[in-house]
Amino acid sequence: MRALLVRDLMLAIRAGGGFGLGLAFFLIVTVLVPFGVGPQTELLSRIAPGILWIGALLACLLSLDRILALDWEDGSLDLLATAPLPMEGIVSVKALAHWITTGLPLVLAAPVLGVLLSLPVPAYQWVVISLAVGTPALSVIGTFGAALTVGIKRGGLLMSLLVLPLYVPTLIFGAEVARRGAEGLTVQTPLLLLAGISFGVIALLPFASAAVLRINLR
Amino acid sequence: MSLWEYANPVKFIRTTDKVLPWVWALTGICLLTGLVWGFFFTPDDFRQGSTVKIIYIHVPSALMAINAWLMMLVASLIWIVRRHHVSALAARAAAPVGAVMTMIALATGAFWGQPMWGTWWAWDPRLTSFLILFLFYLGYMALWEAIENDDTAADLTSILCLVGSVFAVLSRYAVNFWNQGLHQGATLSLDKEENISDVFWLPLLVCIAGFVLLFIALVFLRTQTEIRARRTRALLAREGQA
Repeated sequence: MRALLVRDLMLAIRAGGGFGLGLAFFLIVTVLVPFGVGPQTELLSRIAPGILWIGALLACLLSLDRILALDWEDGSLDLLATAPLPMEGIVSVKALAHWITTGLPLVLAAPVLGVLLSLPVPAYQWVVISLAVGTPALSVIGTFGAALTVGIKRGGLLMSLLVLPLYVPTLIFGAEVARRGAEGLTVQTPLLLLAGISFGVIALLPFASAAVLRINLR
Repeated sequence: MSLWEYANPVKFIRTTDKVLPWVWALTGICLLTGLVWGFFFTPDDFRQGSTVKIIYIHVPSALMAINAWLMMLVASLIWIVRRHHVSALAARAAAPVGAVMTMIALATGAFWGQPMWGTWWAWDPRLTSFLILFLFYLGYMALWEAIENDDTAADLTSILCLVGSVFAVLSRYAVNFWNQGLHQGATLSLDKEENISDVFWLPLLVCIAGFVLLFIALVFLRTQTEIRARRTRALLAREGQA
């Protein structure tokens, strides 16, 4: 498993586009929003937590088809399937690699981009915490979507359609944590629910992803 | 004699062929009675005026939108556990019907909301969760269409249906988080004291029965069509080989 993780990370770094793509997209979204809604500081700081969450979610969505598609095309997925590793382990590692290459940089970049959106000071820690808790869920759910559509040529759009409604609860609770943090309210309830979703999908969804992948490899 | 006998496509088609005319007739009777009764022979609500009559389409279609997904969930489970093709095809047949029901519920809700709430759309928990349900229907149908191998498609969509159900319920409670919203609470519960008045309740009941029957008729018909289409394809393939 560790070898697979290292391999995926190496591929993401060396083949290019892994780290950079998601981050660049995140940057573009957050930079474009002020152009779209105007530069008023009060307005921006009110919507900043939501924008950061949506930007992170879209950046995640953009990089999902890289999780499995390349391995599917060159056949290494078949090799992995015949390896002694259980399929559940493979998809979990894939999701983890996706989170390290996409989710983690987004979490780290969020406060920097928060400056651009004049994020209120108390919100910084909550945006970072909510993203840190929520992005693993995005990666795991995204792996499920990628596994569903891996056999379909140009399945990117279909995958977005399938994954977006699955992202809704995570987005709602994540953005709620960030918003409440920004307004100085207590964040405990949505934060606990967000963590619940994250742990729940990490524990259960790999089984569904593995089942789907097995069907696709049949 | 067990329910599983109908997993045999021939038996299924033979039985539904016999049942379908009756279901259609009953659907027609129920819908006609319920709608005519509801539209022309019930008083206007003292606050909502005649717009209250939208209820005869709005509530049954919303009910069926949810129940169609439930039926797909059960059919998907049966497909995963027992691998009866009729079950997978029934789930496939129900999806567009459910999607249309969702759309009807959303549209009639908008027509009702405009005069009552002063807005076509609000990000109210119920409205939002229906929109999400609609997205789930779209994704489910798109996945069916996208995959060429029938068995693979049936497997993948049934797993999507299971996972989607969990997330649909999650979203339903997640959007509750915002606030109560504009939509009223349930007025048809069986366990509550204060319900909708009988004047509206009885025709509504007939309408709901009509929508349920309509759904059953459409699903039977569409499942038959799917079975026949698949049989035709198999025959054509065999001829191509010979």
